[in-house]
Amino acid sequence: METTDKRKERLDRGIKVRTEGIYAISSWEEMSYLLLPRLVLIVGLLLLPLLMPSLYWNRVISIVGIYALLALGFDFLAHFVGLVSLGGAFFVGVGGYTAAILNKSLGLPPLLSIPIATIVGATVCTLLLLPALPLRGVYFAIVTLMYPLVFLRIIEALNILGGTDGILGVASFPSTWMEQYLILFIVIIALFGLRRLVNEDIGLVFRGVKDNDQAVRASGLSITLYKAIAVFITSALGCLGGAYFVHIYMVAGISLFALDYSVIPIAATVIGGGGTLVGPLLGCFILVPISELLRAFGTLRIVFYSVILLAFIMFRSEGIMVYAQRKYHQFERWVKV
Amino acid sequence: MNEEPILQVANANKSFGGVQALRDVSFSVQQGQVFGIIGPNGSGKTTLINCITGFIKMDSGKVLYKGKEISNKSPNHIANLGLTRTFQIMRPYYSLPAYKNLIVPLFSPRARKMGGWRGGGKLGDRGTVSIDILEEIGFERDSFVPYKLASSLPTGYLKRLELARCLALRPDLILCDEVFSGLSMSEIASMVPLIEKLQMDGITLVMIEHRLRELFRVASRVMVLNFGEKLTEGTPDEVMADERVKEAYLGSEKLLDYTFEA
Repeated sequence: METTDKRKERLDRGIKVRTEGIYAISSWEEMSYLLLPRLVLIVGLLLLPLLMPSLYWNRVISIVGIYALLALGFDFLAHFVGLVSLGGAFFVGVGGYTAAILNKSLGLPPLLSIPIATIVGATVCTLLLLPALPLRGVYFAIVTLMYPLVFLRIIEALNILGGTDGILGVASFPSTWMEQYLILFIVIIALFGLRRLVNEDIGLVFRGVKDNDQAVRASGLSITLYKAIAVFITSALGCLGGAYFVHIYMVAGISLFALDYSVIPIAATVIGGGGTLVGPLLGCFILVPISELLRAFGTLRIVFYSVILLAFIMFRSEGIMVYAQRKYHQFERWVKV
Repeated sequence: MNEEPILQVANANKSFGGVQALRDVSFSVQQGQVFGIIGPNGSGKTTLINCITGFIKMDSGKVLYKGKEISNKSPNHIANLGLTRTFQIMRPYYSLPAYKNLIVPLFSPRARKMGGWRGGGKLGDRGTVSIDILEEIGFERDSFVPYKLASSLPTGYLKRLELARCLALRPDLILCDEVFSGLSMSEIASMVPLIEKLQMDGITLVMIEHRLRELFRVASRVMVLNFGEKLTEGTPDEVMADERVKEAYLGSEKLLDYTFEA
């Protein structure tokens, strides 16, 4: 074969190198090289609600936004702090129930109950996860997986917080436009905020914890403190999603603790490409609508869903965004060995 | 020499299951001294450092740093007091560039107290400070080396990075766990002046070392450990003249002669 004496060489495109430093912006070409992908993403997200054909699909956008927040949180925690969290359902449940209680018993409107539920819920989640913070890898994952199950059973068994019926009659958003655009804005802010955060000094500490937690301790920093801060950020995103969810569907039930909220963000991260932050977001925008489209097949949709996931893991295990970024930043050529 | 020692260890004991890794080890280090710890493999040198810096809890015993007890405090607490350590197996943050590795220690409470909110006080932000520290420790400022990912750096630079991480905390005492191991002769030759410079800057050093020739150039006192017990302590010449050390550490007289001649 002719490829045996050749190997593929990947080199950074000249424009990538030129645009790496922030002082390198000197021409339209370089500026658009940096700005275009971001603009495409932002404009694309903001156009989505206008392009959707029906109310049903408008609702799907809001749901995708919520999953995107969860996936962003998962990617941040897993690839920048080194904690694999299966606690998406836990965050959604705590945030959702907090928002429902705030709305029903204190009469707070959604625009107040959602931010308060985000902060209160994230504090509760972080406090409950504190004992698990010294754990690493799969052990942390197991504990975070346990929490939603525990809460679900407690609510069921003690018949508190509306029991299996849930808390009904939560206030909804004034309009579907606001419902969609608010979540899209939150997603965009969360995405760019997290991307900024992981490159700030404190973000470097987070990445240090992932790379080598003993060295972080030897550097005079408490790893428990920084893990707690990171868990707070992630659970705040999850609780925000949960609170949003409750106000969209006007009910807080035990389905908030469903494992979907833990698993789909992970699947989206696999498809979109872990460690890119934007990848998981795109993964959600691919996965969730597909699962809606497959609804026609009834329970068989899980099979199709699995096949799609499997195909991704087999043929594009690096994820869409890692692949796309490589193609964008680098060119390839065959060189003789 | 009659002032209070900067580090005092009294009757440190540690056992892992049935293995007694440390048995009643006591020693003290004076301010500004270079103190060597030697001993055969498995004699408890690294365990001793782990116990002093809080990475391992001692079974019994006391560690006094600047007269204050720090036994079994958390590693980050101890590091913030200015007692830092390097790791024998280097522990850089592989996914970060070399100079960003130093931003982590520069973010610690100790460094922030000393350097202000931006990290470097008048000197600039943390990135600037870390490049300064790296230059001091032998990373050429105008080269690409400080900007390379730690995962692509050779061992020599990683060892320096370990030292640099300690320096970023502006320490009073550094415990060096085999900074010369795994280095080529020329790399060692360029490390020794660094150690001497640290000593001249007033930093106290405790060095675990297998490379005796280089250690004896800088160390003024040496302690020998064997099977977790302190065998002897003294100046390098005294220690090497000790029959028990020859037996335990080097096995035979022949090897000892070789070490001195080499």
